[in-house]
Amino acid sequence: MSKVLIVAEHDGAHLNASTAKCVTCAHAIPGAEITIAVCASDASAVAAQAAKLQHVSKVLKVENAANAHALAAVIAPQIAAIAAPYSHVFGPSTTFGKDLMPRIAALLDTAQISDVMAAESATRFRRPIYAGNSIVTVEVEAGTQVVATVRTASFEAAVEGGTAAVEAASVSATLPTHTRFVSVSAAKSDRPDLQTAKRVISGGRALGSAENFKLLYSLADKLGAAVGASRAAVDAGYAANDLQVGQTGKIIAPELYIAIGISGAIQHLTGIKDAKTIVAINKDAEAPIFEVADYGLVGDLFTIIPELEKLLSK
Amino acid sequence: MKRILVGIKRVVDYNVRIRVKPDGSGVVTDGVKMSINPFDEIALEEAIRIKEKGGAEAKEMEIVVVTIGPPDTQQQLRTALAMGADRALLVESATPIEALDAAKVFLKIIEKEQPFLVILGKQAIDDDNNQTGQMLAALWNRPQATFASKVELNGDKASVTREVDAGLETLEVDLPAVVTTDLRLNEPRYVKLPDIMKAKKKPLETLALTALGVAPRQRVKAVKFEPPPQRQKGVMVKSAQELAEALKKKGLVA
Repeated sequence: MSKVLIVAEHDGAHLNASTAKCVTCAHAIPGAEITIAVCASDASAVAAQAAKLQHVSKVLKVENAANAHALAAVIAPQIAAIAAPYSHVFGPSTTFGKDLMPRIAALLDTAQISDVMAAESATRFRRPIYAGNSIVTVEVEAGTQVVATVRTASFEAAVEGGTAAVEAASVSATLPTHTRFVSVSAAKSDRPDLQTAKRVISGGRALGSAENFKLLYSLADKLGAAVGASRAAVDAGYAANDLQVGQTGKIIAPELYIAIGISGAIQHLTGIKDAKTIVAINKDAEAPIFEVADYGLVGDLFTIIPELEKLLSK
Repeated sequence: MKRILVGIKRVVDYNVRIRVKPDGSGVVTDGVKMSINPFDEIALEEAIRIKEKGGAEAKEMEIVVVTIGPPDTQQQLRTALAMGADRALLVESATPIEALDAAKVFLKIIEKEQPFLVILGKQAIDDDNNQTGQMLAALWNRPQATFASKVELNGDKASVTREVDAGLETLEVDLPAVVTTDLRLNEPRYVKLPDIMKAKKKPLETLALTALGVAPRQRVKAVKFEPPPQRQKGVMVKSAQELAEALKKKGLVA
């Protein structure tokens, strides 16, 4: 039988939605028994949230003062120390999981399967390669311990309704002190989170300046949407790095994605493939974004944005 | 001598349109342009800048570029030498090896070269794995600072700013450490013709994988490659008004 250990992503107080998506992926493995590990200095609040997720049978609190910040070098040996009974160790394919999971895999001397978009069985998975230009089906031998990151855009979050037991795990691992957290500069925003928002409005280089980029914010606020950006817009300094959508930024799956002044490089399209409806607004009728858009509008974005703002609401 | 080790991978060029073979056995790589993985170019550029900033100490600093691949990968190593690496190592492997084995190879090289810093690209744009740097740091039992957008060295420590989902995170790590690069760390320089000539005289050593005592295993087998599902082509609307009506009709907005 498959036993899946999921490493929870959280900020010390709240469980990140990516964890519930890992649960859905793990649940696709027939007969999987799912455990969530919460590594924190005080794991109680997050563990209680994890215990409510459907299909989860156990939540392990891995508490240590050193876990106050999610440092891969510190967390990896603790997860490796408790991983032996599990056939699978999953984490989300967010920067948290991408940083951490390969370190765990190496400590367990096993391979990692990155960006799992489907678990076809306990040993067979599908994942994108070449910026999503090919989907590869991979297989491991039965009995191999599988470490994987889960492509969160491919899965719905597991809903609440579970009542898993919460236990404290006793971990014996030597934790390094060679890596120290200094700071994180997160832009404070009241807007929905880009990775979980139902609606996203993204801007590209055509916005022309950081000042103009703000036009998107007022439209986004009108719609209750999150704001994203193309790599070109981030490189040009119009938007912060955490807004980047694409192969090397965030992979998202909103109900509605509105791309404004984005030409649609393949690396950007990779990040929005799972959006339900894509709207493209661009002055260049030949822009590749129109090939994937459900609705396309050719025109001047500086006229169209204020028009839309008048016409649309939440 | 103070040494920076940089890993590079030969990949299908960034601009090549990827096609899946009709029989689903792989993607077409015959006859397509091959280049240094873009993230690895950024890794090399960062090493060169660290050396250039080193002043008098810089003369004593050496950049060693390492790759694992078929004999043809010498081309990419020559490009790396032309960019500014001092010495190149090719670990020959006719077939691709998994990230865990690549990390084991790098560890063997590290044991020999004793670098104070190892810089790798965060991911290769072919398999998009994003694993090797983290695996290497684990096996080496040293710090990792992944997805770096800024690296500052300060004696036996480094301060590294990382691009994370929440924004920018700064870590302090003891050296030696593994850094993996994100896109905005730097903009790699173009190679100039005289540098290409000079690079021909720089040392390029070839090693057999087996000579390093690493026996690669295939743990993950690719059984089928498919093109991604295509989205249906949508409709073009003529005005913001028409767009707004269409989205309202679908219930996507009010």
